[in-house]
Amino acid sequence: MSDRLDVTFTVNGDKRTICVEPRRSLADALRDDCGLTGTHLGCEHGVCGACTVLVDDQPVRSCLMFAVQAEAARVRTVEGLAAGDKLHPLQQAFWDHHGLQCGFCTPGFLMLAVSILERDPDIGEPRLREALSSNLCRCTGYQNILKSVLAAAAAMRK
Amino acid sequence: MSFIGQSVKRLEDGPLLTGKGRFAADIAIPDAIYMRVVRSPVAYGRLTSVRIAEALTHPGTVAVWTAENVVDIPPIGFRMTPVPGLEAYRQPVLAKGHIRYVGEPVAAVFAADACGAEDIAELVVPEIEPLPPCLDPVARPSEFAPGCNTETAVITKAYGDLDAAFATAHAVISLELAIGRHSGVPLETRGAIAVPEAATGILRLYGAAKVPHYNRQALAAMLGLSLDRIHLHEGHVGGGFGIRGELYPEDVLICTAALRLGRPVKWIEDRYEHLVAANQSRGSLHRVRAAVNEHGFILGLDDEFWFDQGGYLRTHGVVVADLTCAMLPGPFVIPAYRSVGHVRLTNKTPCGTYRAPGRFEASFVRERLVDVIADRLRLDPVAVRHRNFIAKNAMPFRREFSALGTEIVYDTGDYAGLLDKFLNRVKWESLRVDVARRRQAGEMVGLGFGFFVEKSGLGPFDDVRIALGGDGIIQVITGAASIGQGVETVMAQICADGLGTGLDRIRVIHGQTDRIERGMGAFASRVTVMTGAAVTIAAAKLRRELLAVAGRLLQTAPDRLAITGDRVLLRDEPGGPSLDLAEIARGAGGELTADATFSAAHMTYPYGVHLAQVWIEPDSCAIAVERYVVGFDVGRAVNPMLVEGQIAGGAAQGIGAALFEEFVYDASGQPQSVTLADYLLPTIAEIPQIEVLLFEDAPTPLNPLGVKGAGEAGIAAAGAAIAAAVDDALGRVGAVQQLPITPNRLHALMGELQAARQQSPSR
Repeated sequence: MSDRLDVTFTVNGDKRTICVEPRRSLADALRDDCGLTGTHLGCEHGVCGACTVLVDDQPVRSCLMFAVQAEAARVRTVEGLAAGDKLHPLQQAFWDHHGLQCGFCTPGFLMLAVSILERDPDIGEPRLREALSSNLCRCTGYQNILKSVLAAAAAMRK
Repeated sequence: MSFIGQSVKRLEDGPLLTGKGRFAADIAIPDAIYMRVVRSPVAYGRLTSVRIAEALTHPGTVAVWTAENVVDIPPIGFRMTPVPGLEAYRQPVLAKGHIRYVGEPVAAVFAADACGAEDIAELVVPEIEPLPPCLDPVARPSEFAPGCNTETAVITKAYGDLDAAFATAHAVISLELAIGRHSGVPLETRGAIAVPEAATGILRLYGAAKVPHYNRQALAAMLGLSLDRIHLHEGHVGGGFGIRGELYPEDVLICTAALRLGRPVKWIEDRYEHLVAANQSRGSLHRVRAAVNEHGFILGLDDEFWFDQGGYLRTHGVVVADLTCAMLPGPFVIPAYRSVGHVRLTNKTPCGTYRAPGRFEASFVRERLVDVIADRLRLDPVAVRHRNFIAKNAMPFRREFSALGTEIVYDTGDYAGLLDKFLNRVKWESLRVDVARRRQAGEMVGLGFGFFVEKSGLGPFDDVRIALGGDGIIQVITGAASIGQGVETVMAQICADGLGTGLDRIRVIHGQTDRIERGMGAFASRVTVMTGAAVTIAAAKLRRELLAVAGRLLQTAPDRLAITGDRVLLRDEPGGPSLDLAEIARGAGGELTADATFSAAHMTYPYGVHLAQVWIEPDSCAIAVERYVVGFDVGRAVNPMLVEGQIAGGAAQGIGAALFEEFVYDASGQPQSVTLADYLLPTIAEIPQIEVLLFEDAPTPLNPLGVKGAGEAGIAAAGAAIAAAVDDALGRVGAVQQLPITPNRLHALMGELQAARQQSPSR
């Protein structure tokens, strides 16, 4: 398993070329080869969603995707959300509404929510609940996550 | 302005929101090697040898260890409730002689990178002669080792004349109730990085959580190090819930390896490992009976239970059974009582505590029992509780036994008052009418509640140092730990109130053994109570010293000074001369510090009630929780938003425990719940809005703030409330006898009820 391959993609707007084993997951490549440890691994089998990143604007479980599959793709992670010191409205809303406790699932929820609101800025609570049910949180009981995303949606519509 | 009582936004959120958290796996140490643990695939057997020759020839191998390499390392000891004679049941860091559960560490592989370590681990082959496993804790005990059997301990707590109670009873109500195996399952798996510092000779362990100071002592003793040669460091921690941060074999292995191999060693658990290796909890069977008079007053309660401990006793010893026995009576008087808990080893993953240990179980058992008493005597379940509650004016109320080494004395409480207020707020009577109307219309819908008494604020002490530096930064240094619950914010609020400053200069340092000599950590809902009290005392001291120094500098009496935000100024002359906090520290020689210790011999006991409304989809036997409300008296809430967050998160775990979550083992002891697709954590689709009604009617006199702990109340009576609601939906009180109420179990139950109704249509 030592034959390595070059992969080139952009992460948060930066072009990166890394040399990885074909079996390396995108999550490991982001964390270990790109130094972006904001993307977390909670289960490595695609259930918890903590590793959710956006690949060409689609939310993906980066633990279930090989890094080599991201060739030429545009990857976005939690590190790219804030503009300098200015938090993304979703980050701000999670802060304002106590949408996190331990914070381990938070990057995955943020990236999932970014994609949901980019697709459907006016999403209502029932559909939002359904969409957010793809990720797991063990601390909050979810209500404040829902509240945060609804608040961010309202702020982003202004 | 006072910060205590305000829903202040959390100080710790910034890095966590921007991907700058430092969880165990995020720590990268140059030159680190990686450990992979080879685990037993068999539940019970004789370990005859471990074949490592092929692994040793792999070019990436640094070392491969089996039990022979760690013969000098003792088994892992007990942190809590030492009961003499249990040493034989401790877990060795690598299996020796026998294998006792699937997932037990058999060998450790060390390699240059994580993937390579996994590859090499597959070349290690344990040779195991399988033996028939013991999986049923109620089965007759068998031999564990020569001279001791699988019944590790029998815990008994009793008082009063039980025989007389049953002899004079109007009725005796008996139930058999089972609770499945659950665990905390934090989203971050365990992880540890041990770094031997050549320059200082200090071994540093990163990835510590919960009890860093205790684990430092335990590791030092096990490794033969003097205490000043080892330090533990807590980074961000992805959820605790009781299971994370205890001392496990892997922690000991990587520390040993770092010392012996002379290199940093990193270990990050994968999810499969977590679900077979980290502590599980709860699994137990209760046989309980109550002697009651004709009014539903419980004259005596007699309980016997069997706790499914798994392969070894771990750091918690027998604390879960101890707490179950101690907390089963809950809010009720119960003049005669006995609870006997058998802690039995089985060939499953070993157990420790999980959020509200003993209380989740005890509340389920006790509240089931009270509901059935009410039904059998045709009394109102609310009225039966009122008849049994310990009265407000009977506080403090002493039970004639102890738990966690402290005598149980309920400090304050108005149980009847809380239940009445709560039922009024949720409009209990009209809820019942609505639900009854829907049932009449053919829906399977039900309503139930459960009362609970929690314990919190376990001592014996906590130390705090508050240091104002020449840069104007105020450090609150504590041996408490943060597992995501908001410790930094809460301690900063308490500190700011004590000093009279704002929050922005305060930094809370926790979980670093090189910053403070002693510390108890974060468990048993203790931090806000114990550490908070120590912060209160230290802040008052520092304030006095600060004003004394400022008085000297401003040539005025300290009592003429006030602290506002970051400055000290003259109370009567706000526009006059003033000093920044930094100037005062520099004026005092660079730093001003105050130390304080808070000690407590007794815990403080918050209490509350859970209410659930459920709807059963008859074809799929799925249970939907339509409404969930928790009423909780926390004494005093330092930060209501965080208290509500604790309750909501706990309730979600409680709903999971009541309906979905269970570690299942097959007949050969193979774990069946080894992914998050098998062990079902609830998603947002299963969790309704958790409504929290906070009360502050019974602050405690046991600490200067009057606070009680909030960490475990959200889960404590969830099993009780949901079981009662499902009973109501099924139209049979006491129908639910086992948690979780999975669709399969509910289907079987509905079939039984149907058959029973056909046999006796009158009921």
